[in-house]
Amino acid sequence: MAINFTVNGKAASTDAPPTTPLLWVIREDLKLTGTKFGCGTGLCGACMVHIDGRRAFSCQTQISEMAGKSVTTIEGLSADSSHPLQKAWLAEQVPQCGYCQSGQIMSAADLLKHNPKPTRDQIVEHMSANICRCGTYQRIVRAVERAAREA
Amino acid sequence: MNAPALNRREFTAGLGAIVVAFSLDPKLARGQERLPGSLQDNRRLDGWIRVNADGTATVFTGKVELGQGIVTALAQIAAEELDLPLSRIKMISGDTGQTPNEGQTAGSQSIENSGTALRMAAAEVRAILIDLAAKRLGVAADQLTVADGTIAAPDGRKVGYGDLNPDLDREASAKASPKSPAAHKIVGKSIPRFDIPGKVTGGAAFVQDMRLPGMLHGRVIRPPRYGSKLDGVDEAAAKAMPGIVAVVRDGSFLGVVAEREEQAIRARAALLKSAKWTLGPELPDPARLFDVIRSLPSKDATIGVKEGAAPANARTLEAVYTKPYMSHASIGPSCAVAEFKDGKMTVWTHSQGVFPLRAELAKALKMPAGALRCVHVEGSGCYGHNGADDVAVDAALLARALPGRPVRLQWMRDDEFGWEPFGPAMVMRAKAALGGDGKIADWDYEVWSNTHSTRPQSTDGTNVLAAWYLAEPQKMGPPTSPPQPAGGGDRNAIPLYDFPRQRVIHHFVQDMPIRVSALRTLGAYANVFALESFMDELAAAAGADPVAFRLAHLNDPRARAVIEAVAKKAGWTAGEKGDGTRGRGIGFAKYKNLACYVAVVAEVEVDRGSGMVRVPHAVAAVDAGLIINPDGLTSQIEGGIVQSVSWTLKEEVRFDQSGILTRDWASYPILTMPEAPKVEVELINRPNERPLGAGEGSQGPAVAAVANAFANATGKRIRDLPLNAARVKAALT
Repeated sequence: MAINFTVNGKAASTDAPPTTPLLWVIREDLKLTGTKFGCGTGLCGACMVHIDGRRAFSCQTQISEMAGKSVTTIEGLSADSSHPLQKAWLAEQVPQCGYCQSGQIMSAADLLKHNPKPTRDQIVEHMSANICRCGTYQRIVRAVERAAREA
Repeated sequence: MNAPALNRREFTAGLGAIVVAFSLDPKLARGQERLPGSLQDNRRLDGWIRVNADGTATVFTGKVELGQGIVTALAQIAAEELDLPLSRIKMISGDTGQTPNEGQTAGSQSIENSGTALRMAAAEVRAILIDLAAKRLGVAADQLTVADGTIAAPDGRKVGYGDLNPDLDREASAKASPKSPAAHKIVGKSIPRFDIPGKVTGGAAFVQDMRLPGMLHGRVIRPPRYGSKLDGVDEAAAKAMPGIVAVVRDGSFLGVVAEREEQAIRARAALLKSAKWTLGPELPDPARLFDVIRSLPSKDATIGVKEGAAPANARTLEAVYTKPYMSHASIGPSCAVAEFKDGKMTVWTHSQGVFPLRAELAKALKMPAGALRCVHVEGSGCYGHNGADDVAVDAALLARALPGRPVRLQWMRDDEFGWEPFGPAMVMRAKAALGGDGKIADWDYEVWSNTHSTRPQSTDGTNVLAAWYLAEPQKMGPPTSPPQPAGGGDRNAIPLYDFPRQRVIHHFVQDMPIRVSALRTLGAYANVFALESFMDELAAAAGADPVAFRLAHLNDPRARAVIEAVAKKAGWTAGEKGDGTRGRGIGFAKYKNLACYVAVVAEVEVDRGSGMVRVPHAVAAVDAGLIINPDGLTSQIEGGIVQSVSWTLKEEVRFDQSGILTRDWASYPILTMPEAPKVEVELINRPNERPLGAGEGSQGPAVAAVANAFANATGKRIRDLPLNAARVKAALT
């Protein structure tokens, strides 16, 4: 049975088996590959998306839970790469390898949406769900602070 | 910079033409002049640079983007010497069909080797263009001026590079002088990296994201531990699962291919369950690991000997340090896409070396190298030899079974943690004599380590995982170690300090009970940890301040400068003591004793109750010679320190006799944002010194600074890594 939901403002539908993680529907059916597979167990944050406006691990969300819901991926964060976080990520030259960074940006976007002027401690606490192996953490903090300042 | 090509047809179609258009395999004649950097082995100018009719230049490098910013930095060098704006430089990197063969992108050598080659080649191409323009305009070459790819005569007449059609099908002479640093307009600037925009918008940036027409998804099924043999598996049940296209078995190599990725994952789980294995040999008892390492057969080399007079009335200190196996722990499991078509195999890979990988693929697949093309596409950061090469061979084995269908294969998280080659466990024993003058009179150091490189292109064997499990299994090549001064397990084992008498022994341990290879810095992380920890122990015994004690043994002015700079920036006070929970320490090294100079001061906070150690703050001073891209250099040092703090506080591959136990982020945690230090970096630019690699410069100094800060804070020394809660509690009670 098809499951209907919304991705980046557009209607989406899938007949993938109900236990299929949302991650694969996003990457395979919708060809939105900005959302990454990292661990499949909700421990790294590379697969982070927004569901109904809150961040969620897409690898831990079954497609059966998605009927009628609204998903935003990194591709849908802004129409033209103009989200304050994307601009701040460029200004601070945050990424090294970059594999974790779309997940990092989606986590940060969730924070700023609900807390537009977070303290440094709030940023660090919120972002602890996303790991980065290249060690770009302090640039991520700087970029979130910049986005909060310039938004 | 090789965009995961949605225009694949175009470049596959062009492959034959490119291969015959120019040769990258020069025969090195005897008596040929030595050329600088990678020009030595890739001597044709048009192998590096081509000037196009539209006024752009195409620049080729065998080095690849690993997230370290190298492609941007190399473009800066080429643009600077060509006098072209960066927007008119097109970079092509790491493609056996197109680029020079520069081996591996490793060892912080890309700026030195590829950068030097491009600097000299670009200066020469610019000189050729000026000569052509001089003839065209009828003006002496030295009367011409060059800006932004346009050459102008004094009377105002101009000619653009695109109109000059230079013949670059010739051997480089390396005779043209590159610009003086004072004339640099692009080198030395923090140019934004080319690869970053795609990485913040979800654009196609990684091999993991390649989507080719008709592409299938693969997974591999690996045994419970090394050396196991596949006795049987229910292939039929897996083939009956939704979307399954093929189960591919060759001896004990087992893979599955499906229409969709999650279908391949489900079939992998089923095959893992039904597979019956005869298990390979047990792993060593972890409780005895370091005794085992010291007892295994080794090839011993005495290095760095200084024959001074034996000290009289000296006090002797001795200490043993250890470092566990560590994982590369890339965030994205390794991935490759392979396509077998018309007898030719193309592999898109995030390997650090496309040419060495091609050599190994040729052996594993028993195909001629000429029928194989490896194209670099970025992947998740690797930090050394992770699963990148292995997964490329896995993907090729699956693609070979399905001609005409590209197969994308990504390892699962547990494949990566369980099967990648780890950074080796090591033992370091340091012994020194302290003279009556409070200075080191004698130094005696030994290091025990496996090889730090089992990378592809083995001289005698096949250094990729799948090859060892085929029906006709191939063997791993013999372990090798780079010679001094760079060294492998003995990298940075020879102190840079000026001791009157010293002896260093490298015990190159031959047997490898656990799969190992290159992890960022090779042996330098552990050797600098031991050497610089011991310097602090000796300073304490001598009643000296650690900074002053180092300077008292160090003549190299650039080494002294980074130590003095970091002490000043950190506000170091002579003899400062920790308060039981907080303290600071210093660490220093010149990476490989050949590359950048880095000194780090780290601060630690110790929770005596839980045993948790935090590093809230670290300060670094860096001398990497001429700086190409200051922000890129700073980023590498920041990231290197954070990664080193992660290794130092948390990381250890755990195993028992049944196999590798750390298979996920819960069992192999890495540093998270709340645990990460604030890092400040001071750069010392030396425009008249050659640029030095820096991607691996900070990890050794950082571990030493943290270990020394812990001792400074608590008065207790921990000599076994990592400084985890159990060790800290044991040390403090």
